[in-house]
Amino acid sequence: MATINLNVNGKKQTVDVDPNTPVLWVLREHLNLTGTKYGCGIAQCGACTIHLGGIAVRSCQLPVSSVENQEITTIEGLSENGEHPVQQAWLEHDVPQCGYCQAGQIMTAVALLKNNPTPSDAEIETGMNGNICRCGTYLRIKAAVKTASKSL
Amino acid sequence: MTFVNKHINRRSFLKVSALAGGGMVLSFSWLAGCKPTTKEELLAMPKEWFELNSYIKIGENGTVTLYSANPEFGSNVITSMPMILAEELDVDWKKVMVEQADFFPERFERQFTGGSQGIRQGWTPLRTAGATARQLLVLAAAQTWQVPAEEITTEAGTIIHKASNKKAGYGEMASLASTLEVPEEIKLKEIKDFKIIGNSKKNVEGQKIVTGKPLFAIDHKVEGMLYAAIVHPPGFGMKLKAFDGASVQSMPGIKDVFSIKVFNDDYERNVFDTATFDEMVAIVGNSTWEVLNAKKALKVDWEKAPESSFTATGFGGNKSKIVVPSGMENSVDHKAKMAEYSQKPGNILRKDGDPEAAFKKAAKIIERTYSAPFLAHNTMEPLNCFAHVTADQAIIYGPTQAPEFIVGTLSNRLGLPKEKIKVNLARMGGGFGRRAYSHQMVEAALISQKANAPIKMIYTREDDMTSGVYRPTYTATYRAALDENNNMTAFHVKAGGIPETPIAPNRFPAGAIDNYLAEGWEINSNITIGAFRAPRSNFIASAEQSFLDELAEEMGKDPIAFRLELLDRAKTNPVGEKNDYDPARYAGVLELVREKSKWDSPEPNLHRGVSAYFCHNSYVAEVLDIEIQNNKPVVKNVIAAVDCGIVVNPDAAANMGEGAIVDGIGNAFFGELPFKDGIPEKTNFDKYRMIRQVEAPKSIEVHFVKNDIDPTGLGEPLFPPVFAALANSLYKATGRRYYDQPFAPQLEMQNLTM
Repeated sequence: MATINLNVNGKKQTVDVDPNTPVLWVLREHLNLTGTKYGCGIAQCGACTIHLGGIAVRSCQLPVSSVENQEITTIEGLSENGEHPVQQAWLEHDVPQCGYCQAGQIMTAVALLKNNPTPSDAEIETGMNGNICRCGTYLRIKAAVKTASKSL
Repeated sequence: MTFVNKHINRRSFLKVSALAGGGMVLSFSWLAGCKPTTKEELLAMPKEWFELNSYIKIGENGTVTLYSANPEFGSNVITSMPMILAEELDVDWKKVMVEQADFFPERFERQFTGGSQGIRQGWTPLRTAGATARQLLVLAAAQTWQVPAEEITTEAGTIIHKASNKKAGYGEMASLASTLEVPEEIKLKEIKDFKIIGNSKKNVEGQKIVTGKPLFAIDHKVEGMLYAAIVHPPGFGMKLKAFDGASVQSMPGIKDVFSIKVFNDDYERNVFDTATFDEMVAIVGNSTWEVLNAKKALKVDWEKAPESSFTATGFGGNKSKIVVPSGMENSVDHKAKMAEYSQKPGNILRKDGDPEAAFKKAAKIIERTYSAPFLAHNTMEPLNCFAHVTADQAIIYGPTQAPEFIVGTLSNRLGLPKEKIKVNLARMGGGFGRRAYSHQMVEAALISQKANAPIKMIYTREDDMTSGVYRPTYTATYRAALDENNNMTAFHVKAGGIPETPIAPNRFPAGAIDNYLAEGWEINSNITIGAFRAPRSNFIASAEQSFLDELAEEMGKDPIAFRLELLDRAKTNPVGEKNDYDPARYAGVLELVREKSKWDSPEPNLHRGVSAYFCHNSYVAEVLDIEIQNNKPVVKNVIAAVDCGIVVNPDAAANMGEGAIVDGIGNAFFGELPFKDGIPEKTNFDKYRMIRQVEAPKSIEVHFVKNDIDPTGLGEPLFPPVFAALANSLYKATGRRYYDQPFAPQLEMQNLTM
C-alpha cells in the first residue's frame, strides 16, 4: 500500500492503494468514477480510455504510481452536463446502442480532434480504430466525430 | 375504430391505485449515485403520484413517468416501448420521464429481452395500457365536469371539452382517475392518427450514457460491499479437483477463498439454466485489483470430468435427460466428425415429392458444403453481478435478458422463497443472447451468502470468453438437381452441428420446389452453447443464400430474379402446407432492395452480392458492395430493405439494423473460437479479432417497407443475411466462392490484405 496523490478532473485527491493498481480500478472503485469502463484489461478494446495531460491513454494497464500529480481527465470531467461538443454530437446522432464502450469512444474522439480538428474520413477511421464497439455503431461514431469537428 | 377488450393480455397491469408522497419514485431510482438528469430537473417533481396502471404514473402537476418493463441490452426498448404507451396515453413526449422497471412478474407480462419479440409481443398490451389510462382520465373529467365522456377529447396531456370550453391537464384529473373502475372496452388509436410512433425519438438514456453515469451493474456499489473474482476450469471436460486457499489467503485485501456450486444436484433445470462450469472457486476481497492478483496466484488442481447428466424442462414443459459427455474436444476432430456426419443419412425434417428420383434423373447436380465455427458473444461488459444475500432475503442486481428464468434457480439454490428474492434490472453492456443465461446471478448470490456481505463479482475478459455459452459450430450441404434445360427439379439440404442442427425445415425455399428434402443431424458435446443473435438462422441463412447465388449463376439467372421466381411459385402454387413465411412480403423486400440499390445499373468498380432471409417474423434483403482498394476488400455500401411492419422509432431501428450488419460482417470475416484439448484457444481481444472502425462499411442504408402490419422483430433479422451478401460480393470481387467462415484467413491466402 502507498499513498498516491492524484489530480483527477481538476480535483486533487489522495488514495491509499497498491501502487501497481491500474488507474482504471482506482478511478472506478476508490474514486467512484465508473464512467471509465473495464473491457479487456490488456489495452485492446479502448473502453477504459482517459486523458493523461490531454492525451488519450488506456487506463487498464497504467499503474497508478506512474500518474501521480499528472492531469487526469475522465468522461465525468469532460463537461458538467454533457455540453462538450463531442458529447453533443453523440446525442445528435443518437450513437449508442448498449452504451458500454461509448465513454471510451468519446474520450478517444476528443483527443483525436484536439490533435487534428478537421480529420478526413480515413483519419477518423484510423484514429478511432483502437476502440471496439460490439454493437457496431461505427458509422454513427464517425458521423458524430465529423459533426463535432465542425463545432469545435 | 379498434376496440380491444381489456381481458386481452391483461393480468394486473390495468390495476388502478393511488400512491402517496412519491414513494414509488424512490423505490425505482435506486441507483444511489444517479443525479437527476437535466430533463428531470426541468420537469418539477410532483408532490403526489397517481399510478394509473403498472406502466403509467402521473403526478398531480401533470408530470408523467412511464416504466419500461423489458431489460435493456442496446436495442433501445427503453425508448420505443414507452413511445407506444405515450402514443395511446396522448401525452407530449418532451414531458415524459422513463424509468427502467425492476423485475416484477406480478405487474408485468413478459420481462424478457430476446428472440426479437419485445415490440411484437408488447405492442397490444402497451397500447392497451396507454389507452386505458387515457380513458380513465377522460372519465374522471366527465364526472368532474358533468359532461358525456364521448364529447371529451385529449391532446398532448390536456383534456378538452369543447362545447363547455373546459380544459384540464392530466395531473388535475389523475387523483380521481386512479379511483375509477377500469372500463371494459378500450378504444385504440387509428394508425393514421399516430403522432409519436413512427417519429424518431432520441434514446432516453443517451444523456446518461455520454456523460458516463453509473448505468450498468458493473458500476454498482453499496456501503460495505466486497469484490469477488472466480476461477473456473481452464477447459471443457475438466472439473475442480482441489485448491489451496491458503496460498492466497494472506495476500493483501483478501477476505475469503471458497468453492461454489451453481446448481443443486437434484435441481430440474429450465432452458436457460446453462452454466458453463457448475463448480468454481471464488475469491473475495476489498478491491477488484486485489482479488485479481489472488486469482493469478491461486493454486488449483483440475481433473477430467466424467460423463454426467441432468434433467431439464423444455419450453413446452417436457422433461428430458441431458447427457454431458466426457472428453477434451478439439476443433480439428469436430471438423472431421462433421464431415463424416455430412455423408451419412440424417433425420428427415421435411420431404416433398420424390427428391431421390428427381436427383437420379438429373442432368446436372450442384452440391456445395458450408461451415462455420463456434463464436463467443464477447459483450463489451463482461459477465458480472451484484448480490446481497442475508438470512431472509436476496437482492440481486445484474445484467440479465431473462430474469424470470433465473429467479426459480436462485430460490432453489439459496433456499429462499421467490418473494424474498428481488432481481433488479441493470442496463446491459450488450447481450446478443449471452445474458439469457444468468448463472452469474446464482454465483454472485452464493458468494454473498457465504461471505455474509454485499458483493460484486466480475468475470475478467478471459473468464468471459473462455466460459461461454457459445454459438455452435455448423455444417450444411446443399444439393440441387437440374434437368437438361437447366431447370431446377429437386432441392436437398442436410445440415447439422455440434450440438444442434441449424435447419428450419419449413422456411424458404421449402414451398417453392416440388421435390424437396431437409435432413438434420446432431453431435453431442460438452461445450456449452446457447442463443446468439438469430440462433441457427445466423448460419443457415449464410449457407442457403450463398448456395442460391451459385445456383442462379449456374442456371444463368439474375440472383434477385431467381429468388423472385421461386417466391412467385411459393405464392401462386405452394408446395406443402406448413410453409413458414409469407412469399409476398419476402418478395417485397427483394423488390425494394433492387430499387434502392439500383441493382439494374451497378457502378463499374463495385462488386455486389445479394442475400435475403426471413426470421423472427421479419423479412430482410441486403445488397453489399465491395471495392478492392490497395489490395484490400473494402465494404463500400450495404443497402438493406426490411419488412417488420410498423416501425416504432425509425432512427433507432436504423441504428439497430446498421449494428446487425456491422456485426455480421465482423463475424463473417473474423469470428472464430477454436478449441484444443477442451481449451478455448482465444482468450481476449488480442487473439479474438473483432470488427473495428476501419473494417466497417463506408455507408449503410436501412429502408423499411411501409405498411400497417403490427410490428415484428428487428434486433436479429438484419444479421443472418449479411454473411451471404458478403460472400456473394467477395466472389464477384475475387472470382472465388467462400464456403467456410471466417473468410479473412482465406482472403489472406489469396494475398489480399485483411
